[in-house]
Amino acid sequence: MPKYAALIYGEAVADWEPSPEEMAETMAAYNEFQEWAGERISASEALQAPETATTIHVEGGKGGKLVTTDGPFAETKEVLGGFYIYEASDLDDAVKTASQIPGAWQGRIEVRPVWDIPES
Amino acid sequence: MARPHRGTARLGHPGELIRDDLAESVRREGGRVLATLTRQFGSLDLAEEAVQDAVVRALEKWPDSGVPANPAGWLTTTAKNAARDRLRRSNKRGFKEEEAATMLMPPRAVHTESVVRDDLLRLIFTCCHPSLNLDAQVALSLRTLCGLTTSEIAAAFMVPESTMAQRLVRAKRKIAIAHIPYRVPPDEELGERVAAVLSVIYVLFTEAHHSSSSENPYRVDLAEEAIYLGRLVTGLIPEKPAAAGLLALMLATHARRASRVDERGDLVLMADQNRDLWDHDAISEADRLLNQALLMGAPDPYQLQAAISCVHGLAPTAEGTDWQEIVLLYDRLYEMQPTAVVAVNRAVALAELEGDEAGQMALETIEGVEHWHLYHAARAELFRRMGSLSEARGAYERALMCNPGPSDARFLEARLASLQA
Repeated sequence: MPKYAALIYGEAVADWEPSPEEMAETMAAYNEFQEWAGERISASEALQAPETATTIHVEGGKGGKLVTTDGPFAETKEVLGGFYIYEASDLDDAVKTASQIPGAWQGRIEVRPVWDIPES
Repeated sequence: MARPHRGTARLGHPGELIRDDLAESVRREGGRVLATLTRQFGSLDLAEEAVQDAVVRALEKWPDSGVPANPAGWLTTTAKNAARDRLRRSNKRGFKEEEAATMLMPPRAVHTESVVRDDLLRLIFTCCHPSLNLDAQVALSLRTLCGLTTSEIAAAFMVPESTMAQRLVRAKRKIAIAHIPYRVPPDEELGERVAAVLSVIYVLFTEAHHSSSSENPYRVDLAEEAIYLGRLVTGLIPEKPAAAGLLALMLATHARRASRVDERGDLVLMADQNRDLWDHDAISEADRLLNQALLMGAPDPYQLQAAISCVHGLAPTAEGTDWQEIVLLYDRLYEMQPTAVVAVNRAVALAELEGDEAGQMALETIEGVEHWHLYHAARAELFRRMGSLSEARGAYERALMCNPGPSDARFLEARLASLQA
């Protein structure tokens, strides 16, 4: 079966200050979707706010100079082409790993922490 | 140096200016205590609040009880207790964080100099992490390492306090959520990361000069904060000569502050400055630091600029300056930083060495400076000295059209008026 990515856009997490009821409602709605879709979903994560992002670029091909900037990827000419979810010990480790992805020298890579939603 | 008192709400009238050595030393010690607590509790935010508590307590207590034998130890213990109190009051999850942080970092009974040194380095590299934007790095360094309050930093950068508070909150949130590591970078990354720290300090230092015409009496002296940070980094990483070079540059430049503007706040050219007002001790210290740094390898742009500043600083008079050396230093600097600013400065020095015509010819070949007022001011000055008064007037008028700051504009207008008289 063909696979698709559903990219979710909305208010940034940092600006979203839900009441406990709203939060529970939203969580329940997402859980409902996930139960309904079942094994058709191969991976899913919630992301931290764009302001926690770091955008990197490797100049001059693999192993070149690593350029790091604060914030999300903001160019409109280039578009989202794919993603990896991976583990890293901290942001330095995460950036080092991302700098090995070909997209780091062919384009830009936005490294965004995954939101660790506490089990309730 | 007058600065707003720390913790004004408790200690005096808001905005009151008092010279207070006790507050000053507590503030400086606070950075070291903060560094240690951040490691122990794994949270910069919590550590900051706890150190703030301890500082307020010290400023209440010490004026009566006297300064304890080991002020740093007293502050560390008090801050640690304050952090535990805060955790107990807030939630139980915090305790887990403390346990986790303690597990990661083996507990050390004795706070040796080397432990404190490592903690401070961790804090410096975290605050100057390249994934934070430069403004955030500068603000965070002033807040945590220099111990300035948010309102002091806001006043220094002439932004509303809420803007600065937001900038700091955002930076700390990113450190926590994105897991910016609290550690000294490995050797292979150290050079680049030290360079990043130095650029934060240099930005702070140049900012101090740009905002020097500000009439806000509550401003802290950013140049002195930058020099403090420069000393800190030079002391912590003595094996990297780049830090000593930057410190030398800042000391030698700052040494001339008293004569750089006259009593009306107008710019005074270096040739016309009263050299008795220069801080000759600071210049000697800069020269000494620079010579030590130069023994450690090929000079970098900071060291070359420091060398230029020292040659000026050590010259008895403008005429007695070693212009040959200055032109040579600018040549080497231009090889590394081929910018119009360096080229213009080199041309001005060349005029002193080889004559006004040589300087003027060098100036005419520089490109991309049509909109820089100091370029036209330099041309005007050489035209004036060569007796080409109408060209000089034209060049001053061009300079005034380039939007110089108020202080530079007054200087240029005065020069222009003196030609018309």
